[in-house]
Amino acid sequence: MEDFLSEFPELSRETLRFIKKGFDASYRAFSREYGDTIEAVFDPVLYFLVWFEKLLQNSPWPIVLICFLAVIYFGSRKISVTIGSLFAFLLIGIFGMWEDTMSTVSIIGVCTMLSIGIGIPVGVLMAKSERAQRICTPILDVMQTMPSFVYLIPVVMLLGIGKIPGLLAVVIYAIPPIIRLTNLGIREVDKEVLEAADAFGANPRQKLFQVQLPLALPTIFAGINQTIMMALAMVVIASMIGVKGLGQPVLKAITNQYFAMGLFNGLAIVALAIIFDRVSQSFGHRIQQHRSGSRE
Amino acid sequence: MSEIKIQIKNLYKIFGKNPKSALEQVKDGVNKDELLEKHNHVLGLKDINLDIKEKSIQVVMGLSGSGKSTLIRHINRLIEPTDGSVIVDGEDVLKMSDESLRDFRRKKTAMVFQRFALLPHKTVLENTMFGLHIQKVDEKEANTRARRWIDRVGLSGYEEKYPQHLSGGMQQRVGLARALTNDGEILLMDEAFSALDPLIRKDMQDILLELQDELHKTVVFITHDLDEALKIGDRIAILKDGIMDQEGIPADILLSPKTQYVKDFVEDVNRARVIKAKHIMSELNGQDRDNAMVVDQDDFIDRFIDKVISDKPSCLIVKNKNNDEIGYLSTKRLSEILKR
Repeated sequence: MEDFLSEFPELSRETLRFIKKGFDASYRAFSREYGDTIEAVFDPVLYFLVWFEKLLQNSPWPIVLICFLAVIYFGSRKISVTIGSLFAFLLIGIFGMWEDTMSTVSIIGVCTMLSIGIGIPVGVLMAKSERAQRICTPILDVMQTMPSFVYLIPVVMLLGIGKIPGLLAVVIYAIPPIIRLTNLGIREVDKEVLEAADAFGANPRQKLFQVQLPLALPTIFAGINQTIMMALAMVVIASMIGVKGLGQPVLKAITNQYFAMGLFNGLAIVALAIIFDRVSQSFGHRIQQHRSGSRE
Repeated sequence: MSEIKIQIKNLYKIFGKNPKSALEQVKDGVNKDELLEKHNHVLGLKDINLDIKEKSIQVVMGLSGSGKSTLIRHINRLIEPTDGSVIVDGEDVLKMSDESLRDFRRKKTAMVFQRFALLPHKTVLENTMFGLHIQKVDEKEANTRARRWIDRVGLSGYEEKYPQHLSGGMQQRVGLARALTNDGEILLMDEAFSALDPLIRKDMQDILLELQDELHKTVVFITHDLDEALKIGDRIAILKDGIMDQEGIPADILLSPKTQYVKDFVEDVNRARVIKAKHIMSELNGQDRDNAMVVDQDDFIDRFIDKVISDKPSCLIVKNKNNDEIGYLSTKRLSEILKR
């Protein structure tokens, strides 16, 4: 009795080992069986990612920089943000991090596009169906709280080391906010406006595209902003499984105790984060300006 | 004389988990409070019967919780009833398929909402075209039609503004223009003017009456304001706790309220401003025309009462728009009405 209270009655070591081994073995079998097929599915994404990365790295840097600044200006419509970004990119280049930064920008860009492409439809589905919401919410909870190293293991087992596993890890980590906020944004749409759409005979498709999505757009945009931020936070972890970019020098700096190297690359990540954040925020703000009545 | 456009028959609406079983209770005579207490269901509407005439304004009046907004939403089936039928132009709205219901909503009805329910991301013009976009009307035609109604409700020059930049009254003009652009025969107005300031409300009421004079829509107008009901309604239905207390022309409701509830409601109304000559006139039978005063059938009592007092006519002759004599009104009857 005393034993029972002081020690938690756990499974025997044998049984535990058996369970874990069995689990691993069956997963390994699965990955051997389907690994190639699954890899093939991601091939188009890989091609695009590689093409995008090469495009950013091999084009003359002034052209890339001008394109970036143009996007930043048209996104934010703020001259201060544009000039700040110009200096940030110049510093990044001068300190020898241009190439790595381009890699990071390309993977963040592709991850964000993937997250938007998958996340918005899933969010819409969740908003439309209570059952989908009941199923998705716990999955999203797991995705957001499960330490990313844990799901790196099966991803690496399945697809090995490289860009695609890194991309998957980043997307898994970064996609929940956009799904959640799309769902929230659509559910928050004024009931009376929806009723008006019904009263004028809108079908579900017209309601979604003409009423719900446009009205949810500011909230969806907050989700996109968070998704980008979270993707950036994952670069270092993703570099552990072979994703090139600013994460790799940081990883090298950790293992070799190169403080300055870590700091420079860390600051470059911070600079990217601030630029992405300001641009996406002011863009999000701009598309909802007519709601607050600030445009005359 | 005029056809019945909308016929509501034995309509019941019960909110709750198992409305069908609660319906039996209600039909057996369980009242609203008892239903809520014992069965945890809310009685929305009970045995509503209402015939709405073509080209008239039917007001449904009641305080909040009386079920008036629930009732209007049954006409275009935004709410499914528990029992009963809603027949528009001989067709039961409740039996329509999804597709034909959408078609019915697109072509036959249009609705104006209490809190406007405009799309904040669209301009006044785009909002007005909303119904036509839903119907996939050609862009150019939609544009012309929308502009015509924007102009008609007095919003020319505001086409490119967003709703947030407009005052409440102007927003509701957009709501009205959106509904009129749809060109349905039935206009459903759910407390359309209740959220507006009194002066603007009066403006909007005048606009509605003016438009109705030329458009002759079948209007169902929900309000909690008796003065508004009396001003606008060709007929008024009074709802209380989901039950229709009385239905009739405004003058009837004022002059012979059927229940204590209606009586309390109409007690403080200034009758002179609500009752028209035609409501209280009697049939002509050779009245003496010497010293008689002529009034228009649509004149309210307060339009001619001062003249009656100063001129002391023997009686009043009521004429219609074509100047035909259609009735008379004795001064004795007039003073009875005003004394209440």
